[in-house]
Amino acid sequence: MKHPLLASLVATTALTAQMASADTLRLLTWGGYAPEEVIAKFEEETGHTVEVTTSNNEEMIAKLRATNGGGFDLAQPSQDRITSAQEEFGIYKPIDMSRVESDLFIPSMLSATAENTTYEGEVYGLPHIWGTSGLVVNTAEAGEVTDYTDLCDDAVAGKVSYRLKRPTLIGFAYSMGLDPFAAYGDTEAYQGILDKVEEALTACKPNVKTYWDGGDEIKNLLRSGEVVAAMAWDTGGWQLNADNPDITFVAPEAGALGWIDTFVLPARGRADDAAYDWINFVMRPEIAAMITNSAGNFTAAVGGDAGVDADLKARYQGSFDQAAIDNIKWYPPVPAGLEALEGETLDRINAAN
Amino acid sequence: MASDTSKLGFYLLLAPILLWLTLLILLPHIGLFVVSISEKVGPRDYETGFGNYAAFFTEPLYWRTFARTAIMSILATALTLLLGFPIAYYIAKITKGRTKTTLFLMCMIPFWVSELVRTFGWMILLRETGVFSQVLQWAGLVSGPVEMLYNDAAIMVGLVYTSILFMVVPLVTTLDSLDDSLIEAGYDLGGTTSAILREIVIPHAMPGIVSGCIVVFMLSLGNYLTPILLGGKDSLWFTGMIYTQFITRFNWELGSAFGFLLLALSSLVVFFGLRLSGRSLAETMGRS
Repeated sequence: MKHPLLASLVATTALTAQMASADTLRLLTWGGYAPEEVIAKFEEETGHTVEVTTSNNEEMIAKLRATNGGGFDLAQPSQDRITSAQEEFGIYKPIDMSRVESDLFIPSMLSATAENTTYEGEVYGLPHIWGTSGLVVNTAEAGEVTDYTDLCDDAVAGKVSYRLKRPTLIGFAYSMGLDPFAAYGDTEAYQGILDKVEEALTACKPNVKTYWDGGDEIKNLLRSGEVVAAMAWDTGGWQLNADNPDITFVAPEAGALGWIDTFVLPARGRADDAAYDWINFVMRPEIAAMITNSAGNFTAAVGGDAGVDADLKARYQGSFDQAAIDNIKWYPPVPAGLEALEGETLDRINAAN
Repeated sequence: MASDTSKLGFYLLLAPILLWLTLLILLPHIGLFVVSISEKVGPRDYETGFGNYAAFFTEPLYWRTFARTAIMSILATALTLLLGFPIAYYIAKITKGRTKTTLFLMCMIPFWVSELVRTFGWMILLRETGVFSQVLQWAGLVSGPVEMLYNDAAIMVGLVYTSILFMVVPLVTTLDSLDDSLIEAGYDLGGTTSAILREIVIPHAMPGIVSGCIVVFMLSLGNYLTPILLGGKDSLWFTGMIYTQFITRFNWELGSAFGFLLLALSSLVVFFGLRLSGRSLAETMGRS
């Protein structure tokens, strides 16, 4: 009885010792950011195993908040949602820059993200994938839609859709000639902007077919022709463009809204080694190109656009000329508490008849 | 010694239900209640108070959605009963043998797939480019595409569809136990069909009706998927609101308060439902 027990104990210890160098990386990310082929290559090269959970910004924060930053080893929220979440819930730990191969990153993006994700002197985020949200338009049927407020035009009544979320508030504010990002620090001025946007969106309500929730839902609505113009992400527009050349992403006159999804380490993550290995692996130019082809968005990797599909590049160039790129409004960090104001505004729009 | 072993057996048998009740029901609710009575005053700074409950009563949107959810759930329950009763009566009393089994099975087959798939099925049928719209156009009944999705009627259809089985099963069981000779005796004594239904069938089926209604009401009130997917821009549902507070607003405090209010509402409605039907909970649960 004694010996088999001892043997199994030894075996378990040996296994645990081996596990220390080969960890399980629990990755909390967006759909398309960790394609199967990339995971297979990574597992082969490092011996780590990767478990992927796909999610979105709000759910990532909610999941990590529920466990005080446990349950995952690497997460990928957008850069504007990091400092406020850290301030309120303390769910991340700082990045150790000495363990990151920083020359793999485009320097301007690395420094901009570092600046936006600094909380109490420590950097919490590294840039990974960037993209924009703007308009996805069926140009054959609604070619006149070139700005957010055009969605409220009579010509497209009953055939438009947008989300009832914060990007819609911000896009409409810019389209109405206001500057919401400049007012982020000033609660009263921001409330003033929100009130004006609330009025516009309430008036626009009869025009809307439905408020969409998920990316697949809006793609279905556009593909079937039930909706001809919508506020959505650039990748959605480009994917639809592959099926129907009339539908594409349009950078709005007021400016597309630019986001950067990052790498952050959850406060109670257990596999930091694997997390840093993953970061340094996926930022290699050839791997970054594979991820761009899967996710549809470009990365912050130096030379990462070289191996990207020609079709995707053509679509990207079709939507963005240099002026449109210069006009992208990048999300600054959201101050804590701002979302409560936006939430009340969204509730009132939702309840209005 | 013998009494000691029987005591041990008693406690061993009691342990699973006690663990279930404390770990999975009591503790989470206490936790939720503690969260619901903390008010946020600043980042990582909370005070104890009933502000979240006050917010519910001062903001009309919240209690209107709450009332809307309750009324629509009651309506869905009534509709399910109205549709489910004839089906159950047909299965239990009119068919025999294999037909009976087949019909019962056919009622259950849709429930072998998840609620999400069933709801998507309704979306395919009801949407503007969907099956119903195309059939109507093909038949020449309408001139252009019709949108049947994204309104309260679509939610109602979805709710009734997703919960009808939970009405049919208890009804079939109670109606099965009704002796046919009682119905025949009713006719022999000159009773009309409606009188027999009123005096014999419904009183006998009452436990099934009440327990079916309780289950369907709870399912509708707590349903999240159907109202979100089938409902339109004005179709608010209270569970959706709880989700929004927890996930998109990071406001767990208000979300927990909403959760408790929903619990109170469902308990109240069930209590009044039992009162109206003149039955006790023990009687209903014991007999069905």
